[in-house]
Amino acid sequence: MRKRETVLDHLNIAGKDYSSRLLVGTGKYKDFPETRAAVGASGAEIITVAIRRTNLGQNPGEPNLLDVLPPSQYTLLPNTAGCYTVEDAVRTLRLARELLDGHTLVKLEVLGDPKTLYPNMVETIKAAEILIKEGFQVMVYTSDDPIAAKQLEEIGCVAIMPLASLIGSGMGILNPWNLQIIIENASVPVIVDAGVGTASDAAIAMELGCDGVLMNTAIAAAQNPILMASAMKKAVEAGREAYLAGRMPKKLYSASPSSPVEGTIAGSSAQQAKTNPFS
Amino acid sequence: MDCGDLKMIQLIVNGQPRRFPVGDYGKAQDSNGRVLNITDLLEHMDLQGKRIAIERNGEIVPRSKFDEPMLADGDRLEIVVAVGGG
Repeated sequence: MRKRETVLDHLNIAGKDYSSRLLVGTGKYKDFPETRAAVGASGAEIITVAIRRTNLGQNPGEPNLLDVLPPSQYTLLPNTAGCYTVEDAVRTLRLARELLDGHTLVKLEVLGDPKTLYPNMVETIKAAEILIKEGFQVMVYTSDDPIAAKQLEEIGCVAIMPLASLIGSGMGILNPWNLQIIIENASVPVIVDAGVGTASDAAIAMELGCDGVLMNTAIAAAQNPILMASAMKKAVEAGREAYLAGRMPKKLYSASPSSPVEGTIAGSSAQQAKTNPFS
Repeated sequence: MDCGDLKMIQLIVNGQPRRFPVGDYGKAQDSNGRVLNITDLLEHMDLQGKRIAIERNGEIVPRSKFDEPMLADGDRLEIVVAVGGG
């Protein structure tokens, strides 16, 4: 049997191959067992984590996320969620690098507004420049502005991660045309980050030619997160395969039968066609 | 410094002012008057052995320096962990 093209179709970020094109967050789950089960069902190899002040004096025996999802098993992607300034984002990721023993692959997001969590692109570009200078490999959350996306690539970001819609909104792919422009212009992976609500959204992102999809709430806020994680895994794979396969052209108002037109037992089919009011 | 001397210093840890005794560790002061090391501080806060990272006055403190007396009155510390996030 011929090996399918997709067998060797890896996502390459900063020189490292990943077989899963689904990246998942670890927030908003009920507890650590659910987090672990959902991440496991998603098949994701890259998982995002947040960096936060530790609780002082409370629950000294509290389990740690890194015990549940060990860095030996997953590529952890520390984020800068909640950072609204260059300084906060850079400090957070320096702490993350120390916490994760020198790990340099990070997700940068510099937010502009607590209501929409829309990225502040001016601050994002400044922070990316500093981090790249300091040796970080920056995967960057961005608006779906093709110019900003290209600038981020030019300053050395290793992946461009435009929103599909607002973080945590589940509104799906609102501007496929911009995503397509970003994808066409990019020579680093483009990963849709934020806005995916259900499996078809993830499939559409992949069919557009995205290199991957990053999601958190779509899985964590599903009625059954573990089942949704499994659905997302399949959707990303299906969308990728459909993209590679190349879809048929759309033929508006022009049907084309899949079955042979000759040899039907109803000899009058051609006659019927002539009476079709559309012909 | 005597072992029984409970001199206190104030540190701002994760935004909260907290007082720590420094005399009972019996550590020598360095020339800048810094007395407490991070290892002792973590022990004092029941954080020893945890996966944490520390920033002191805006600068990362590498783990290799946790045993050096470096904390002085008024220092601002951030002690962070990885938590679930997207």
